[in-house]
Amino acid sequence: MKLIHIASALALSAVIGAPAFAQEIDRPECVAPAKPGGGFDLTCRIAQQGLEKQFDGPMEVTFLPGGIGAVAINLFNTTRTDDPNAIVAFSSGSLLNMAIGKYGQWGADDVRFLATAGTDYGAVIVRADSPYQSLDDLMADLEKDPGSVVMGAGGSVGSQDWMKAAILLKSKELDPRKMRYVAFDGGGDAIAGLLGGSIQVYFGDVGEMVSHLGTGEMRILAAMSPERLPAPFNDIATAKELGYDAEWPIVRGFYMGKDVPDAAYDKWVEAFNAAYGTEEWSKLVKDKGLLPLNLSGQEMDADMKKRVERMTGIAKEAGLIQ
Amino acid sequence: MDAVFSGLASGFAVALDPFNLFLVLAGCFAGTLIGALPGIGPINGVAILLPIAYGLGFKPESAIILLAGIYYGAEYGGRISSILLNVPGDAGAVMTTLDGNPMARNGEAGKALSLSAVASFIGGTFAVILMSFFGPALASYAIHFSPSDYVALMVFAFASLASLVGSNPVKTLLGAVIGLMLASIGIDANTGVPRFTFGIPDILAGIDFLVVVIGLFGMAELIHLVEQQAAGTLKTLKIDKSFVTLKDLAFVKWTILRGSVIGFFIGILPGTGASVASAVAYGAEKRAATDSSKFGEGDMRGLAAPEAANNASAGGAMVPMLTLGIPGSGTTAILLGALLLFNVTPGPLMFTQRPEIAWGLIASMYIGNIALLIINLPLVGLFARLLTIPQQFLTPLIAVLAFVGVYSVVSNPHDLYMIIALGVFGWFLRKLQFSLAPVILGFVLGGLFEDNLRRALSISAGDWTILLSSWNSIALYGLALLVVVVPIVLGRRKRNRAEDEAPKAPA
Repeated sequence: MKLIHIASALALSAVIGAPAFAQEIDRPECVAPAKPGGGFDLTCRIAQQGLEKQFDGPMEVTFLPGGIGAVAINLFNTTRTDDPNAIVAFSSGSLLNMAIGKYGQWGADDVRFLATAGTDYGAVIVRADSPYQSLDDLMADLEKDPGSVVMGAGGSVGSQDWMKAAILLKSKELDPRKMRYVAFDGGGDAIAGLLGGSIQVYFGDVGEMVSHLGTGEMRILAAMSPERLPAPFNDIATAKELGYDAEWPIVRGFYMGKDVPDAAYDKWVEAFNAAYGTEEWSKLVKDKGLLPLNLSGQEMDADMKKRVERMTGIAKEAGLIQ
Repeated sequence: MDAVFSGLASGFAVALDPFNLFLVLAGCFAGTLIGALPGIGPINGVAILLPIAYGLGFKPESAIILLAGIYYGAEYGGRISSILLNVPGDAGAVMTTLDGNPMARNGEAGKALSLSAVASFIGGTFAVILMSFFGPALASYAIHFSPSDYVALMVFAFASLASLVGSNPVKTLLGAVIGLMLASIGIDANTGVPRFTFGIPDILAGIDFLVVVIGLFGMAELIHLVEQQAAGTLKTLKIDKSFVTLKDLAFVKWTILRGSVIGFFIGILPGTGASVASAVAYGAEKRAATDSSKFGEGDMRGLAAPEAANNASAGGAMVPMLTLGIPGSGTTAILLGALLLFNVTPGPLMFTQRPEIAWGLIASMYIGNIALLIINLPLVGLFARLLTIPQQFLTPLIAVLAFVGVYSVVSNPHDLYMIIALGVFGWFLRKLQFSLAPVILGFVLGGLFEDNLRRALSISAGDWTILLSSWNSIALYGLALLVVVVPIVLGRRKRNRAEDEAPKAPA
């Protein structure tokens, strides 16, 4: 009997390709606006596993790479503006793009922010055998010559990965434009570059280090968080306590199309609120290397818009926009 | 070594569990069909089935075995529509069209399908064997491959593809330049500036490789078919019952081996995949051949090399994923996501923490390869009959499948328009006697070349000597020189000899 089920499922799945459109949440879908394996993927996995009990069927995670989220926001502003089934993962990087106009005409007011998955922080990472034992060692070299250290991350110049490095340099009044920054195509390639010795310092996220923590291959010099993080990251010093005013929180959450009917939006908010209270949710968020941040509905929408405003300010200071 | 054997033994115990064995077979079969559909390749196959495998509540090792079977099956299946329809089944099967389709048109469809099945089997098995014995060592080699080494690899790839320069070098070069131009569209990673996007957000991240392949190759071929049909010049093909013989296999045995080695090593590098592997294998093979005049017209070597290479690279891409948790290709990135979904952390710790998954997966690949050969050989006759479907039914069917396939990957209607536009463009190029392979290769290799060159120069702060700073690079530049110079020397010597032997023959 089981075999028949599987066989029919296989046959069916070969036929179904495109997501269906309907006014009910009958095919919950989380859109990760990137290639698989990165932070957006992780964000969608939290929704997929965390909201498992809230919906009948499994939530589908789809990938919509393109323009660091620009393709997704464009799609949800042109064709899928009222799709009640789909939520789109976003991060502070997406907010930054909204803030500096990377998404063209689309900004923070063109989406409906729904809920947060959790929060993460930037991390300064070196190889286990690196001469840099502490952030001070690294900063000493950078202060002598910002161009003397090869640093890299998974995003382009002007992306949030680049901003982590830029903010760290700015904390000592160093010019970010003088640093030697290598832009990789995603965190995976950048980690390979770090382990292979192409770059000396990698600016990643604390969360993505979960699967690499036990291996002893890399060392986290500092977390870019306001205070110490809970276990297993409690041994990691913060940049702030070491005397560098370099914070880079990475909110991870979901938005929906602007014209989604209130009924569907509220149903999603309810689903998130129901999940937030459970122990499974906190464990899940922790397993994925995130810290709890439970915001949903109008309150969350307002908070995100405030963050975008703040980022516009930072971007102006850093000279990214006029 | 003992650890490998005991690991493999425990892995086979997992993989030979009747239910898991069934999943391997089901995955391979479904994968072959998925791969055979134009446009739908391993990435969509795995991505579509992942939530289903999860929803059915399989154990992690069972689910990952099923997905790996689909991955493998789709790599096998990709060759079918390349050979029969001249429409690449997926991005890695572009080179397969170059000699596979002419073979089918020469009435050797059965032979092409069976030969490529054997080449795929050998390539795939070769990769699994190397992976199980030298996985960790290979992975650490792969990550030490620096951006400057990738530059050298791309130079080698371009050099070996110089063999594609056919009767009209200018058009070949123009084609490659068109490919390079297409590759430069999108946000430039090193400056964050959008290039040639004309304010269209859909192409901010560039044009997806699949869109280029399906557009330039697939749609152009379909338009060509319709045109031929309208003109009444379309020849219907007879069902052929040809099959690969031992003599054929003996003829291509070194080709398959070379293809497997090239494919595997390119596959383990993160950032390069089946498309680069098969292109380099094809180019190198044509360069190495003493008589390459038949390439492009249905030479068995031109089919065996890319097929062995793309299956070997599928296995190779598993190496960094399993040993380091770094995906070596788009499909392995989804498999990585699948592992995380089941709360299994991939990486070196997986072999000690969850050996049943790591070794079960590896053992299932051995079984999957054998299963695929057994499934594919008897189906050759059935697939070959595809060609007897009347064109007025076949052409729209292929078009629909290609659109569905592309949409299921990119989920963006804009790319469907791109496919049509590129299809018309490709058709014009064909009318002007351009070969489309250089366009595709310019697109793939050019993008990788630029990204890595600029990464290398960022690392060295603009010092060009970094390009020659490792033995990997120097060896690759040496090889590049070799594949350019040796055929010229050999060709000249052969011509001299021919002139000596037949001095009176007209030139």
